[in-house]
Amino acid sequence: MDRATVETRVFGVLRWVIIAGLVVVTLFPFYYMLLLSLRPIDEVLQNPGRIWAGPAEWTVQTYREVLTPTSRGGQGFLRFLANSAIVSVAATVLTLVVSIPGAYAVTRLRFTGRRQVHFLFLAVYLFPSILLAIPLFVLFTRLGLRGSLFGLTIVYIAQTLPVSIYMLRNYLSTIPISLEEAAAVDGYTRLQTIRKVILPLAAPAVMANALYVFMIAWNEFLFALLFLVEDRADWTVSLGLAQLSGGIEVSKTVLMAGSVVLTLPIVALFFAAERLLTEGLTAGADKG
Amino acid sequence: MVATREPRSAGAPPGRRPPTRRQRENRAGLAYLSPTLIVVLVVVVLPILWTVMLAFQRIRLINVRRAGVFGQYTLANLELVLTSPGFWSSLWTTLVYTVGATVLSIGFGLVAALALRGAFRGRTLVRASVLLPYVAPVVAVTFVWEILLSPQFGLANDWGVRFLGWDRPIAFLSQREYTVSLFGAEVDVPLALLTVIAFEAWRYFPFAFLFLLARLQAVPRELEEAALVDGAAPTQTFRHILLPQLGPVIALLTVLRFIMTFNKFDDVYLLTGGGAGTEVVSVRVYEYLTARFDIGAASAQALVLALGLVALLVVYLRYLAPRVEGDDE
Repeated sequence: MDRATVETRVFGVLRWVIIAGLVVVTLFPFYYMLLLSLRPIDEVLQNPGRIWAGPAEWTVQTYREVLTPTSRGGQGFLRFLANSAIVSVAATVLTLVVSIPGAYAVTRLRFTGRRQVHFLFLAVYLFPSILLAIPLFVLFTRLGLRGSLFGLTIVYIAQTLPVSIYMLRNYLSTIPISLEEAAAVDGYTRLQTIRKVILPLAAPAVMANALYVFMIAWNEFLFALLFLVEDRADWTVSLGLAQLSGGIEVSKTVLMAGSVVLTLPIVALFFAAERLLTEGLTAGADKG
Repeated sequence: MVATREPRSAGAPPGRRPPTRRQRENRAGLAYLSPTLIVVLVVVVLPILWTVMLAFQRIRLINVRRAGVFGQYTLANLELVLTSPGFWSSLWTTLVYTVGATVLSIGFGLVAALALRGAFRGRTLVRASVLLPYVAPVVAVTFVWEILLSPQFGLANDWGVRFLGWDRPIAFLSQREYTVSLFGAEVDVPLALLTVIAFEAWRYFPFAFLFLLARLQAVPRELEEAALVDGAAPTQTFRHILLPQLGPVIALLTVLRFIMTFNKFDDVYLLTGGGAGTEVVSVRVYEYLTARFDIGAASAQALVLALGLVALLVVYLRYLAPRVEGDDE
């Protein structure tokens, strides 16, 4: 047998080993999270190594504790879920409203400073967010925005805008210019062209983008921690969960139930739109 | 439809020359981009400049309200930061952490992309599940890792003791050094730091996977078929055909992951709180800010971090990177 045959066989087997390994490594922590959230805590402490528990052993007590409002002795995660949803939806909508015209300008229009804009965007990611956090903390305190969901939303918009514009630009540049020229001949103004011609065509990229911004906003932790920590009523789910872990008398299974509550919405959304996201995010990468 | 179109110059003020097409395009471009520019300027650029100013003033949280442009400038913060105990080791930790996490996440991403490249039943589902670590909230996944690795009730240690014959549970996230005997020699490994790096690799390999898979699928089939006809082995095809095609994406990923990891805060903070030899600079900045309320020193520290990153990037792009295709339009 020559080298090519041997290698082809070896890699043929190896490939399946790797695929199986990948699935276990990526899925197992999530499975374990779910499993632990359903098992009674004393049972977990006795048998930490078990990775299966039948429905007969399940308990939903952990979820009850996490979701019950604080006024009735629970952890009040429903409130946190609402906060997270408000911030994430607002950040998503506003980012799109700002980035769609911006991406169009960067793709199609020649204007002063068009080349330099990219350096400005780079600044967003080049500097650690902890560096932005200090002055924003001071600034928002002065403006009275710290401790408000609105202030947090603005930060998320700024954090996601550059990637958002970059993703949209990759997609917009594939739309033929002749379509716009045709629209112009039909008497459309530029804004009308964007709304009625470009947006419907770019819908997949816009959806992928929306999903991306929502994901970043929903998962974010540092700014939520810095801005909102003082008032429990304002906490997002990520912050609420992190604070829960520091609390006394909170069992690990309750912590896992909180993790499931935090993870489930984003994973559900992701599986619903997985194809959109992968294609939208990497639209430009295949060009080399 | 053409007949209903309004004359182009209808909106121009009388007596002035109507703006040329080029001028109008310029205005429209700036107008469309202005909301973006305003947000980025106010929430990113101004704060950065402000940090630079704060870094050169002695400011603590109590007197920050009085701080202005015309404060007393001093180099005291920088001096304090550069000479403070643990700063240089923390910078070194950041570097090890960043390089380790970048290399591993791209390496795993490449292996995953190669394995999941060809079609098979259930591929879409496998591909989606591989992306999960990247999509899931950082707070939730760090907690699962903490619990899995816990010395008291963690699965890893339970199985390690039961099946792998470990003498006692290993505190993966809180033990600074762990002595491994390798071929008779005793080697100290920075255990907690390695665990944190492994976590980063796990969480971010999907990111590399995503980009590499997209690029792999764009490689023309004919290239590989030709190699196959010539009797090339899979490793040869990879080395001489796929790798050159992937080069630019790998270079881009290296830069992106390096920047993101270098500045990373939440992962380390949530996993170890910066203890057990995992204190990266961003966690240190956070400590200065929230535990000592020393805004000046925190700013100076963050500034040193950013400058270090810029310097490393310049070196990388100048000397080490394969030619990255620039954003040339």
